[in-house]
Amino acid sequence: MIVAANAVLPPSSKRRPVSWSSPLTYALALAVAAVSIAPVVYVIVGGFRTTPQIVADPAGLPDPWVWDNYARVLTQSDFWGQAFNSAVIALGTTLGVVVLGVSAAFVLARYTFRGREGLYTFFTLGLLFPAGAAILPLYLMLRDLNLINSYYAVILPQVAFSLPLTIVILRPFLAAVPRELEDAAAIDGTGRIGFLWRIMLPLSRPALVTVGVLAFVASWNAFLLPLLVLGDVSLHTLPLGVQNFSSQYTSDTAGILAFTSLSMLPALIFFTLAEKQIVGGLQGAIKG
Amino acid sequence: MTAPNPTLNPAGGASAPPAGGRPPGRSSSRAAETRRKWYEIIGLTTPAVIVYVMFVLVPMGFAVYYSLFRWRGVGPPTDYVGFDNYVLAFQDPIFLDALRNNSIIVVGSLLIQGPIALGVALLLNRRFRGRTAFRLLVFVPYVLAEVTVGIMWKLILTDGGTLDGLLRSLGLGGLVQAWLADLDIVIWTMLFVLTWKYVGFAIILLLAGLSNVPHELTEAAEIDGASWWQIQRHVTLPLLGPTIRIWMFLSVIGSLQVFDVIWVTSVPAVRSLGASGTMATYMVDNGFFARLWGYGNAVAVILFVISFVAALLFQRFLLRRDIQGAITGRVN
Repeated sequence: MIVAANAVLPPSSKRRPVSWSSPLTYALALAVAAVSIAPVVYVIVGGFRTTPQIVADPAGLPDPWVWDNYARVLTQSDFWGQAFNSAVIALGTTLGVVVLGVSAAFVLARYTFRGREGLYTFFTLGLLFPAGAAILPLYLMLRDLNLINSYYAVILPQVAFSLPLTIVILRPFLAAVPRELEDAAAIDGTGRIGFLWRIMLPLSRPALVTVGVLAFVASWNAFLLPLLVLGDVSLHTLPLGVQNFSSQYTSDTAGILAFTSLSMLPALIFFTLAEKQIVGGLQGAIKG
Repeated sequence: MTAPNPTLNPAGGASAPPAGGRPPGRSSSRAAETRRKWYEIIGLTTPAVIVYVMFVLVPMGFAVYYSLFRWRGVGPPTDYVGFDNYVLAFQDPIFLDALRNNSIIVVGSLLIQGPIALGVALLLNRRFRGRTAFRLLVFVPYVLAEVTVGIMWKLILTDGGTLDGLLRSLGLGGLVQAWLADLDIVIWTMLFVLTWKYVGFAIILLLAGLSNVPHELTEAAEIDGASWWQIQRHVTLPLLGPTIRIWMFLSVIGSLQVFDVIWVTSVPAVRSLGASGTMATYMVDNGFFARLWGYGNAVAVILFVISFVAALLFQRFLLRRDIQGAITGRVN
C-alpha cells in the first residue's frame, strides 16, 4: 500500500505547475500585485517629475526625469536627522522587546512554579488593552516623569505594549525545545541561565528574529505616540517628518512625493529581507 | 521537619536507613536549589513586569480616574464631576458620528478584507514560478507606515489629483468626486484606503495558516479525484478556521482604534465635522489638542471598554484555544 502511494505521488506533484489554470493564476497574481504597488510606484516615479509637470498631467510619466527633488530632500531637509531618530528609537525598542520578552517567556516556558499560568494570563491580558486608548494618561505620566521630549518617552511604552504579543509568540517556541537538551546541559554542569544563553537563544533565533522585526517595523512606522510626546522638532521621527513636510510645503507636490518615497525605503528593504522569517515565526504562534 | 519520616519510605524497612532518609547535605542543597530557582524566576521576569505594569496597566487606571474630573491638565484634578464626561460624550453628535464611522470600518473591513485575503492567499499558496516575488509585492502596503500611506493617498485622491486626472484622461470625467471633501463619501474613501493598507496583513496570516495545512491531506484528496476548488472548500478552508478567527479578532480591535490613516488622509475640517472622524481621532482632538483632559480620558475609557468587550466576546465564543495558550489557556 505504502509503496503504491509513493509511486503515485511524484507524478501528481510534478503535473501541478503545468495545469491548465497557470495562465489564469498569473493573470490574477499580476492584477493583485498591480493594485498593491501601483500607488507606491506612482509616488516613487512622481518624485522624478516637477510640480508643474504633475499639475499639468497628474497621471503622466516623468518627462524629462529630474533628480532634483530627491537631491533636495537628502541635502536640504531634516530627513537624515529624522531617520537617525527613527533608527535610535526602533533599535532601542527592538532591543528592549527582545531582551525583556525572551527572559519572561523563558521563565514561563521552562520553569514550573506556583502562579506561572497566572503570570502568563497577566501578560496576555495586555493583548486586550488597546494602545491608543492609553495614550492620554500615558502622555500625562511621561510628563510627570519628565520624560517628554526624550527617546525613552517612545521606547518604554512601545516595549511595554509589544511584550504581550512577544511572549505569546516566544513561549510555545521556547517550550518546544526538548527537555533532553536541558537535562544534558544540566549533566554537563550548565545551569538554567547558561542553558538559556548557550542553547536556547541560538535555537530560537527564528522566533527572535520574528518578534524583533515586528517590533522594529511597528516602531519605525509609529505615529501617534511620537506625535504627542516628541514636541521637540529635533527629536522628530520620519513619520512625523513626512507629515511636517507635506503640511509645510503643500504646493511642492514633487518634493512631498520624493520625501515620502525616501521615508518608505528602509521599511521596504528591511521587510523584504525578513519576510520569510516573519511568516515562519507566525506559523509557530498559530495552531493549524 | 525537613528530614522525611523514615516510616513513610515506600522502599520498605529492609533497606538501610541512609537510603530512606535523605542525608542533611542533600536536603539543604535542595533548599538552595529551590531558592536559586526563585531568584532566577524573579530576576528574569521583574523587568518585563515593571515595564508592562507601568506603561500599560497604570495608564489605563489613570484614564479611569481622570475621566471623572473636569480637568484642563494643569495641577492635580479637583473638579470632580462623576460620569458627566461620559454623558457629554454620548450627547455629542460628533462622537456618535465617530462611533458610526468606527462601526462602518469594523464591518466593512471584515466583509471586504476577509474574502479578498482568502482568495489571494489561496492563489499565492499554489505552486508557480515567481510566487515569492508576488507574495512580497502583496505585502508592500502593510509594511509602509500609516502616515506614508495616508499622504500618498491624499495626493492621489485630492481634488484635481492623480485619480481625477486619470479618470478624465480615460474619458470617465463623470465619475470624478470630491473623494476627501464630500461629507457623504469620505468615510467610504477612508474604508478603501484602510482596506488597501491592511488586506496584506490578513494575507500574511492566512498564508502562515495555509503552510500548516499538511500536504498529505490535499494530495490525498487530489488522488481521490477532487478538483482544486473542492480541495479548497472541503479540506483547506476548515483547517484555516482558527487563523481566520484570529485575523477577525485582530481586525476588529484594530478597526476600533484606527487613528493614523484617518488623521493624515482626511481633511481636518471634514474629520471634525464627524464625516470621517473615529473615536481615536475624536479623543486626541479633544483630549490633547483642545486640552480637555478629563473629557478626553472619558472617551479613552469608552474606547477601551468597547474594545475590551469585543475582545472578551471573541475570546468567549470564537477564539478559545486558537491562539496557543493565549489569554486564558495553557501551552499545548
